[in-house]
Amino acid sequence: MIERFLFSSLALLAMTSAGALAAETPASLMARYAQEAGVPASALSAARGAALYRTDHPGRDGQPVRCASCHTDNPKQPGRTRVGKRIEPLAPTANAERFTDAAQVEKWFRRNCTDVLQRECSAQEKGDFIAWLNQIK
Amino acid sequence: MNTLLRGIGVLATVGTVSLLAFSLPSGGEARGDGGGDVMPRLTHKAWQQECASCHLAYSPALLPRASWQRLMGGLDRHFGENASLDPATRADILRFLEANAADSGTSRMGNKVMQRMGANDAPLRVTETRWFVREHDEVPRATWSRKSVSSAANCAACHRQAEKGVFDEHDIRIPK
Repeated sequence: MIERFLFSSLALLAMTSAGALAAETPASLMARYAQEAGVPASALSAARGAALYRTDHPGRDGQPVRCASCHTDNPKQPGRTRVGKRIEPLAPTANAERFTDAAQVEKWFRRNCTDVLQRECSAQEKGDFIAWLNQIK
Repeated sequence: MNTLLRGIGVLATVGTVSLLAFSLPSGGEARGDGGGDVMPRLTHKAWQQECASCHLAYSPALLPRASWQRLMGGLDRHFGENASLDPATRADILRFLEANAADSGTSRMGNKVMQRMGANDAPLRVTETRWFVREHDEVPRATWSRKSVSSAANCAACHRQAEKGVFDEHDIRIPK
């Protein structure tokens, strides 16, 4: 019991300090994902990221689904959730807050990759995805 | 027709205002629960941040505790979408939802919802509660599916002040 308490306190402490250091940039996240994938950051591909964004996948209900279904074909534009709420643009050039908080980025990759691809995205895919969005002017 | 509608609007407004006047708490309560069609005024950081990234942060007063427990227990399959949270945030939000749920006795809105709730009911959708169905029985089916509305979950499409928790009749404008 005490061990469990200690462990969760430690985990909480780790999370809090990670939160305090959350100021990431698209480039630092690309570097992190490249490292996780075991490739140099220069091996990330904007073209693969674009393809990931634009490709239709069979959704859970059999209907085709892709990132653009909610985020629109132009990631500089705001999107809409399924219930009509505005989604701020994905491209950092249109929304400076994008890809600046590692926990947020991980949360949305986890959720949206499972919704669109029916699986989690690999570190390489996440890096490619940011690489593409980050070079949009 | 227009005059008639406006008349109804005025009547509804007067009705709501007088309801509000009579339902004001007598003591100096810290929490504003205006009664009528106003959600209890609540603040909770994670509830507002997390739930409202995809939809309005629906008031905890709209569903009973058992509903919130079911809902928060299945966030990885949340109405067809993955809305999973880390365990600490999930527990934090659930505690808040339970403390202010319709059957917590903390708000007039909750009491109204519970008046029409069966003892063992734990609906997952606010739109399935008898309270909601009755409040919206004059809205034609086709209106809900308009592109400008998208879904009955999109309160703010018609309730212009929904983000502020205000659902008075005179703030309603149904988009084309």
